[in-house]
Amino acid sequence: MCGIVGLFLKDKSLEPRLGSMLSEMLISLSDRGPDSAGIAIYGAPSGNEAKITIQSAKPEHDFRNLDAELARAIGTPVNIAVKSTHAVVRTTPDKIDEVREAIQALRPDIRTMGAGDVVEIYKEVGLPEAVVDRFDVRSMTGTHGIGHTRMATESAVTTMGAHPFSTGADQCLVHNGSLSNHNNVRRELIREGMKFETENDTEVAAAYLSSQMAHGKNLGEALEGTLSDLDGFFTFVVGTKNGFGVVRDPIACKPAVMAETDQYVAFGSEYRALTKLPGIDNARVWEPEPATVYFWEH
Amino acid sequence: MSAINVSKVLDQSHASRVFDLAEMPLRELNRALHNLTLGSNETAWEVLNPKGSHSVAVGVDQPVTIDVRGSVGYYCGGMNDGSAITVHGSAGPGVGENMMSGSITVKGDASQYAGATGRGGLLVIEGNASSRCGISMKGIDIVVHGNIGHMSAFMAQSGNLVVLGDAGDALGDSIYEARLFVRGKVGSLGADCIAKEMRSEHLELLQGLLDRAGVTGVKAAEFTRYGSARTLYNFNIDNADAY
Repeated sequence: MCGIVGLFLKDKSLEPRLGSMLSEMLISLSDRGPDSAGIAIYGAPSGNEAKITIQSAKPEHDFRNLDAELARAIGTPVNIAVKSTHAVVRTTPDKIDEVREAIQALRPDIRTMGAGDVVEIYKEVGLPEAVVDRFDVRSMTGTHGIGHTRMATESAVTTMGAHPFSTGADQCLVHNGSLSNHNNVRRELIREGMKFETENDTEVAAAYLSSQMAHGKNLGEALEGTLSDLDGFFTFVVGTKNGFGVVRDPIACKPAVMAETDQYVAFGSEYRALTKLPGIDNARVWEPEPATVYFWEH
Repeated sequence: MSAINVSKVLDQSHASRVFDLAEMPLRELNRALHNLTLGSNETAWEVLNPKGSHSVAVGVDQPVTIDVRGSVGYYCGGMNDGSAITVHGSAGPGVGENMMSGSITVKGDASQYAGATGRGGLLVIEGNASSRCGISMKGIDIVVHGNIGHMSAFMAQSGNLVVLGDAGDALGDSIYEARLFVRGKVGSLGADCIAKEMRSEHLELLQGLLDRAGVTGVKAAEFTRYGSARTLYNFNIDNADAY
C-alpha cells in the first residue's frame, strides 16, 4: 500500500505550522505502511547557507567531534545540529561538495539523506508517530514538505530503503506503487553518471527526475517524462526547492486525493489525511486524473 | 391525547440513534448496526464526524436509514443488504462494493471502483465518480449525476450503469451483459463494448432508473446505450489481442 502526503503552503502565516500539519497528515495514514516513515521539509532560505542531512546507525560515535574534524578538513567552520540518528550540517553553498567528500573520508558509515539550500530529510524504520517524535518534526517550519509511510515491496526494510528519496540538490520524491522497469532505467542513469545507494525502485524514479531536470527540463516537464519512460504503478509526489508536483500513471490504481484553498495545496493517499487541515470543508477537493501532471511553484 | 403525547409517540416510532465517530470507535457503530433485527424500532441512524473513516456501515442487513454527515474513506456501505445509506459528503474507494440490495446515495463525489461487484440495489452518486465505476457489476443499478473515470464497467456482468455526464477511456472493457447508458461523451470504448440501439424497453427502464435516482429535467432519449458485442464469449484466435 504505502501512504504518501504533501503540503505546499501559499499562505506564509501557516509556515510555522508546516511540521505539525505534515506530521498529523502522515500519522493519519500509519496503517497504510508500518515499515518505515520519512519526511522532507523545505525550510525558509537563510541567505548564504547550504545544508546536508546525514544519518548514522551509530550517531554517538559518528557525530562526535565531526564538526571540528570537518572544519579542519575543509579549512572553514561548519555547524552541525544532531537530531537522534540524523544531523544537519550547515555550510556555505560553495563548500557543499567538499563537505560531502570530507564526511565520506572521515566517517565512511555515514549516509547522506539529502542536500541543498533548504531541504532537510528525516527517515527511519518504524511508524510515522515514532519517526516524527524522534526528529521533533512537529516543531519544524517551512514552505512545503512531503512524507511517506512505507509498506515495503521492493528492497529491504532499512533506513536507506525509506522514502523520501533525494537524488539532487533540494529534490526529493515519495512514491506509492511499484515500478517494473527500474533496473533498465537504473542502468541507463548509471551510464549517465548517476549514483545509487539502494536497490529500491523509488530511488530510480527520483534519479530519473533529477536527470531530466539536470538536462534543463522544469519539474512539470520532468514529471511528464515519467509517463512514457517509467513502467509500472505509481503516484509520485515531488518536492523541489520552490516547487511541488504530483503525477499518477495512466492506470492510476494507487489512490490519491488533493485539496486546494487560498492557503495551501495538499496531497494525501486518502481523504482522512486532509481532514485536520484548516478550511478543508470549503476546499476544492479532487482526485488527480491519470497520466496528468500537476505542479505548483513559489 | 394531548399534543405532547403525540410528539412522544412520533419520537418513539422514529427512534434515531446518533453515533459520533469523534467520540466512539467505528467498531461500535458497525457492531450496533449488525445487531439490528427485523422489526427493530431503531430505524434511523445518524453518523457524525466520519472524517474519511474506512468501512462505515459495512454489512448492514436491515431496512434502516443511515445518514452519514461528512466524507467517508474506503468501502462505505459495502455488502449493504436493504438499508438506505446517504453520505452527506464524498466517498472514498469502493463505496457500495458488493451491495446486495437497498440504496446508497453519495451527495458529493465517489472515488475509484464505486459499486464494484454489486449484485443489487441502487447506488446514486450526485457528484462525479472516478475510475472503474461499476467494475464487475453483477446486478446493481448505478446512477451518476456527473462524470465517471476510465475503465468503468470493466467486465460488467449484469445491471445498469447510468451516467448523466461523460465517461472516461475504455468504457465497458470486456463487458458481458450489463447495460450502460451515457448522456455525455465517451472517451473510448473498451474491448467488445459497442453503442446499441435504444429500444422502447430501454427507454422505459432508463426512465425508471432516473426517477428512482431523483433525476429531473433529463429525458431518457438523451442517452446512448452501450453494451456487449458478444464477440469475446467464445475463444476465437482472431480476437486474441482483445482477451
